[in-house]
Amino acid sequence: MLEDFVLRALAAGVGVALIAGALGCFVVWRRMAYFGDSLAHSALLGVALGLLYGFSVNLGTIVVCSAFAVLLVWLRQKHVLATDTLLGILAHAALSVGVVAVSFLDNTRFDLHGYLFGDILTVTAHDLWWIYGGAVVVLGLLLANWQALTLMTIHEDLARAEGVHTFRMHLLLMFLMTIVVAVFLRIVGILLITSMLIIPAATARQLVRSTGAMAAAAAALGAAAVVAGIFGSIVFDTPSGPSIVAAAALMFAAVFPLSLWVRSRSRAANEAAGPAEPVRRRA
Amino acid sequence: MKPLISAHNITVMRGRHALLQNVSLHVGERDFITVVGPNGAGKSTLLKCLLGFHAPDSGTVARADGLKTGYVPQRFTADRAIPISARRFLTLRRKAGDAAVARAADETAVGDVLDKMLYALSDGELQRVLLARALLGDPQLLVLDEPAQNLDISGQLAFYKLLEKIVRERGVSILMVSHDLHLVMASTRRVVCLFHHVCCSGEPHEVAQDPDFIALFGDDMARMMAVYHHVHDHVHERAGVRADDGAGHA
Repeated sequence: MLEDFVLRALAAGVGVALIAGALGCFVVWRRMAYFGDSLAHSALLGVALGLLYGFSVNLGTIVVCSAFAVLLVWLRQKHVLATDTLLGILAHAALSVGVVAVSFLDNTRFDLHGYLFGDILTVTAHDLWWIYGGAVVVLGLLLANWQALTLMTIHEDLARAEGVHTFRMHLLLMFLMTIVVAVFLRIVGILLITSMLIIPAATARQLVRSTGAMAAAAAALGAAAVVAGIFGSIVFDTPSGPSIVAAAALMFAAVFPLSLWVRSRSRAANEAAGPAEPVRRRA
Repeated sequence: MKPLISAHNITVMRGRHALLQNVSLHVGERDFITVVGPNGAGKSTLLKCLLGFHAPDSGTVARADGLKTGYVPQRFTADRAIPISARRFLTLRRKAGDAAVARAADETAVGDVLDKMLYALSDGELQRVLLARALLGDPQLLVLDEPAQNLDISGQLAFYKLLEKIVRERGVSILMVSHDLHLVMASTRRVVCLFHHVCCSGEPHEVAQDPDFIALFGDDMARMMAVYHHVHDHVHERAGVRADDGAGHA
């Protein structure tokens, strides 16, 4: 029989995978991986502030991540430095300041390791509320704006010319990323949040031929990775967050060569199909 | 004739210098306007102001009520990371039925490639799919920003021929930025030569003789246009015959 904490972990992980599947597609398509990573790094400062001043860690994270996102957009518009340089500066500065801020906390009630790498086995009912609340908000907003976001991702000016409020859409994506960071923090940890967004989506990409299918497959793969990671972590007594990500990475490693093989075969088949087809028809 | 879209004395500043200075442009019904000018002359900015992407720093842009525009953007590469078929791309954010999609695809000769992935299309096919998407909105005005830029010469010819056909059949107005003036001479009714301000504008053969135009593009371009001017006359004649026919029936 499964223990309660395992059930909670599974419920949390599946919720996270659902969110990650849909949003992860946009992270992959729009090359937001580094942005997400930097945002996540800034979360530790939010955690520290939340604990220092005694309000919710999740709220602290959302506030700090939002401020970080706004700062980034403002700096990027100055066109002084390349975006990846800015992200590198901000991400590591935020992480360092976060660790410094955390050192002011009473050590006994703070588990830095848990925040960096996540600890899904200690998920509480309160965490589950955040996860499923977050899932409703993120999936709801994504679904409602799916076509506009997709069009904007394919061609920003085209979307604009057809009446998409692209600035609003950028804000929306940032807001959703912020929520995801706040929600995923406890599950997979600051350092691994982006991997849950990217790896299942990148794996799914190899298997599908439409955007909706990619999101669904990413969610399913993410959920499978969560289940495998949780049981692996229990059986082998390994840290849960890294176990989940390792499971997701294994899936990617399995699918990627397969998709290369399928692609090369279909290319060969296409080349062969030209002259061969009429012959086959006659026969 | 009431213009579909018009800019009055618009100025757009970038930093301290004016990207566009006191530019006025009016696009009427059944117009075919080609905007030419060197790189960085503000052509795309002008289109973006007219499309309402950003407001000019001074001057006004007016659009006819309920104006439907179709936009065909500059070259772009469809990303392999996004698995979307051409058919799905056409109907993104569009309530277009199968029949409407089939018609637009038919007009732009992309019916055979609709089920291909967007990233698997050739440059020419992608450009025609973009044109099909613009047509699906049943526009009165097509705005094209260097639509044939990344096509080879035969691809360019084919694209402009297609555009001409669409203009003929649908009676849409065209506002286009293009460097391929010698290829669009025949269909272009008015050339606007832009270099931050409107240097000269008028019928293609007039513009070709304008000292400002020659100063910007050199003798060669002007001579090339003069060569194509002959072609222009030819098409004009045919257009004239058709116009007479129409008058006869009326």
